[in-house]
Amino acid sequence: MAKSAKNTPAKKPAPKAPRRRPTKAQPAPSAEELLGFYREMLLIRRFEEKSGQLYGMGLIGGFCHLYIGQEAVVTGVHANAQPQDSVITSYRDHGHMLACGMDPNGVMAELTGRAGGLSKGKGGSMHMFSTEKNFYGGHGIVGAQVPLGTGLAFAHKYNEDNGVCYAYFGDGSVNQGQVYESFNMAQLWSLPVIYIIENNKYGMGTSIDRASSTTELYQRGSAHGIPGEQVDGMDVIAVRDATASALEHVRGGKGPYILEMLTYRYRGHSMSDPAKYRSKDEVSKVRSEQDPIDNLRQLIIKTKAADEAQLKEIDGEIKAIVTEAADFAKSSPEPDPAELYTDILVEA
Amino acid sequence: MPIQVLMPALSPTMTEGNLAKWSVAEGDTVAAGDVICEIETDKATMEVEAVDEGVLGKILVPAGTEAVAVNSVIALILEEGEDKGALDLVEIEAQTPKSEPAPIASDMPAEAEHAAPAPAAAPEILEPEYDGPMINQTVRESLRDAMAEEMRRDEKVFLMGEEVAQYQGAYKVSQGLLEEFGDKRIIDTPITEYGFTGLASGAAFAGLKPIVEFMTFNFSMQAIDHIVNSSAKTLYMSGGQMGSSIVFRGANGAASRVGAQHSQCFAAWYGQVPGLKVLSPWSGADAKGLLKAAIRDPNPVVFLENELMYGVSFDVPESDDFVIPIGKAKVERAGADVTITAFSRMVGFALEAAEKLAEEGISAEVINLRTIRPLDRATIINSVQKTNRIVSVEEGWPQSGIGSEISAVVMEQAFDYLDAPVTRVTGEDVPMPYAANLESLALPTPEKIAAAAKAVCYA
Ligand SMILES: Cc1ncc(C[n+]2csc(CCOP(=O)(O)OP(=O)(O)O)c2C)c(N)n1
Ligand SMILES: [Mg+2]
Repeated sequence: MAKSAKNTPAKKPAPKAPRRRPTKAQPAPSAEELLGFYREMLLIRRFEEKSGQLYGMGLIGGFCHLYIGQEAVVTGVHANAQPQDSVITSYRDHGHMLACGMDPNGVMAELTGRAGGLSKGKGGSMHMFSTEKNFYGGHGIVGAQVPLGTGLAFAHKYNEDNGVCYAYFGDGSVNQGQVYESFNMAQLWSLPVIYIIENNKYGMGTSIDRASSTTELYQRGSAHGIPGEQVDGMDVIAVRDATASALEHVRGGKGPYILEMLTYRYRGHSMSDPAKYRSKDEVSKVRSEQDPIDNLRQLIIKTKAADEAQLKEIDGEIKAIVTEAADFAKSSPEPDPAELYTDILVEA
Repeated sequence: MPIQVLMPALSPTMTEGNLAKWSVAEGDTVAAGDVICEIETDKATMEVEAVDEGVLGKILVPAGTEAVAVNSVIALILEEGEDKGALDLVEIEAQTPKSEPAPIASDMPAEAEHAAPAPAAAPEILEPEYDGPMINQTVRESLRDAMAEEMRRDEKVFLMGEEVAQYQGAYKVSQGLLEEFGDKRIIDTPITEYGFTGLASGAAFAGLKPIVEFMTFNFSMQAIDHIVNSSAKTLYMSGGQMGSSIVFRGANGAASRVGAQHSQCFAAWYGQVPGLKVLSPWSGADAKGLLKAAIRDPNPVVFLENELMYGVSFDVPESDDFVIPIGKAKVERAGADVTITAFSRMVGFALEAAEKLAEEGISAEVINLRTIRPLDRATIINSVQKTNRIVSVEEGWPQSGIGSEISAVVMEQAFDYLDAPVTRVTGEDVPMPYAANLESLALPTPEKIAAAAKAVCYA
């Protein structure tokens, strides 16, 4: 049970600078790379805003977990990915799928439950997969993706394909027993997996300090000898750099690595969550001071990687992609009733 | 009188063992607690200690003797003051029963009260699907051979579970596999079912073909989320893109005297889940042919073995190509008056019941379900159309059990053929008790099955 607010000791840990193990210096990102990050983060943001709108119009149902605020995490990690690598995450998965290059039309049509969706409308917001992009879902049971991702890493090692699995999970999931079972096996067998803890400070309505005995999540592998690092997950370049140095360890055959990404979700846990457990000030402070897209935009202007007009042009392109996805998701037909009985077993 | 030293049982299921070695010789003085000999089974080797003191008078079973029945006299110890002449006084019975079986409570009369028996139908020879060489081996060996053959055939297949490698399996099912396939493919896991089942399911997403051994299926409850939510549903949730070829196997059902938490049947649990196939073998041939089919199948398969069957020997086809089709039940004994369905160990009980019934002139047809899901409805319905009566047998609990499903299917598809209500013989609706007498009351017996069959025949 979560600790009640009353019992919480009055300790409010002073906001600390992110603790960083010495990330090996990486080459500064090129202008092209910066614009790529901008484009990708903006796509996720606009896509999620559109999802929220369609949900409000009754076109998307059930759970719908938006990734707004956390865009720098998946974007910075994926900047280092190689084609043979694999990705697995929770139900908060739209951003991950877009970062993996999955078709925005197919993702959006899955959200609306249409035949054109990536799972033919049978998976929904939380359950999409792509064999082509090595995206392994989309999992609804908190923590389940951690051993599954460890299994993907097991397969990378078994198949000797030099791939790495990026297994994403939340600050709420870190307390699941299966996470530690996975840590133990991953280290025992030197599996190529990066555990990416997206610490957005809340698991549903429970803040991390009410759910976790220790909140330095990057240390959660220390009992198993897994190195960890805390990263400013609102800074896409910091994420990129930390992932690159973690990859040297992991692809070098030294076993797993933990990256704790300090991030924040701007919206509620899912669409039905009014997020009363935190103050409006808390949210607006993060948005105004730490927003990953605003900050990158300023960096781009400052370093003259692009000017306002060029960025505006990108904004327009992204808007067009998202509009098209929404149109597709609205006009794609509902699945054929016969689909109810298909895909239960492989024809043997 | 000299003291009789009896062949001990190393486990509740052991019926015989080998006398490997004598540690003392005739004429030696032994004290209580001294090791006098070593006995071995296919599972373990153990030292036998003297329980009394005296002089070892005579060794009746020499070292190296195989298949010595439990409770047979293996040596005589002379008590203080006795001389060798006393040995001649002892009359040795080959086997002394350990205890009388507890009487079985039943509200059905044990004896038949009906008229002269009609001649029983001559049993047909069934399923002539294989006529190659046969080998007599245990179910345990059949399971091991199935895995070994499939691992030789497909390098994506690997086995993981607790104690499967170095210890050769908690029930010795994976005997010799580590030696042949190495530790890349025969993998000892930590005691972390949820984690390793998820890991195996993930590896299966990536195209590997894991065999996950649960030491017993009781521990699969730790991992049932991955079996149901991760393995069974992913093909559907991914719109047919991502399936998984994975086998979850291990001992299921009632074991012997291990109490409530280690003795239960999961056939109905897993049998309910779309996206799974669920198999439960009885004979050695079933075990081998069905496990090979399970490993080759591109879907998640739950494979329910039975600890009490591991040591039972059958004639098994000696062929790498002997694969039993999933979804096909087997008529083990043909009959005309009543159908009895069963799976796993209960098939043997049903056959025993059929034997008893035949003596009383009732001809029972015994169906070995073999596959729980997809259930072979056609074989059941065909049989009921002939016999007009059916009794379903299972060890598991009655509510929403396999019998409930069979009852519904028969009602839906053969209602007009029924001459009596569909009847279920199940485990009692209680957690498994530890006491021997209570335990045997909690489970189906051939007598209960025969009584139920007679009741539906109004005999
Ligand atoms: C095993 C399990 N328990 C509870 C839930 C309900 N639930 C869904 S998300 C969630 C919170 C998870 O928080 P976190 O891991 O921090 O991820 P975030 O939602 O912040 O991305 C809970 C309790 C679940 N899906 N699975
Ligand atoms: Mg969280």
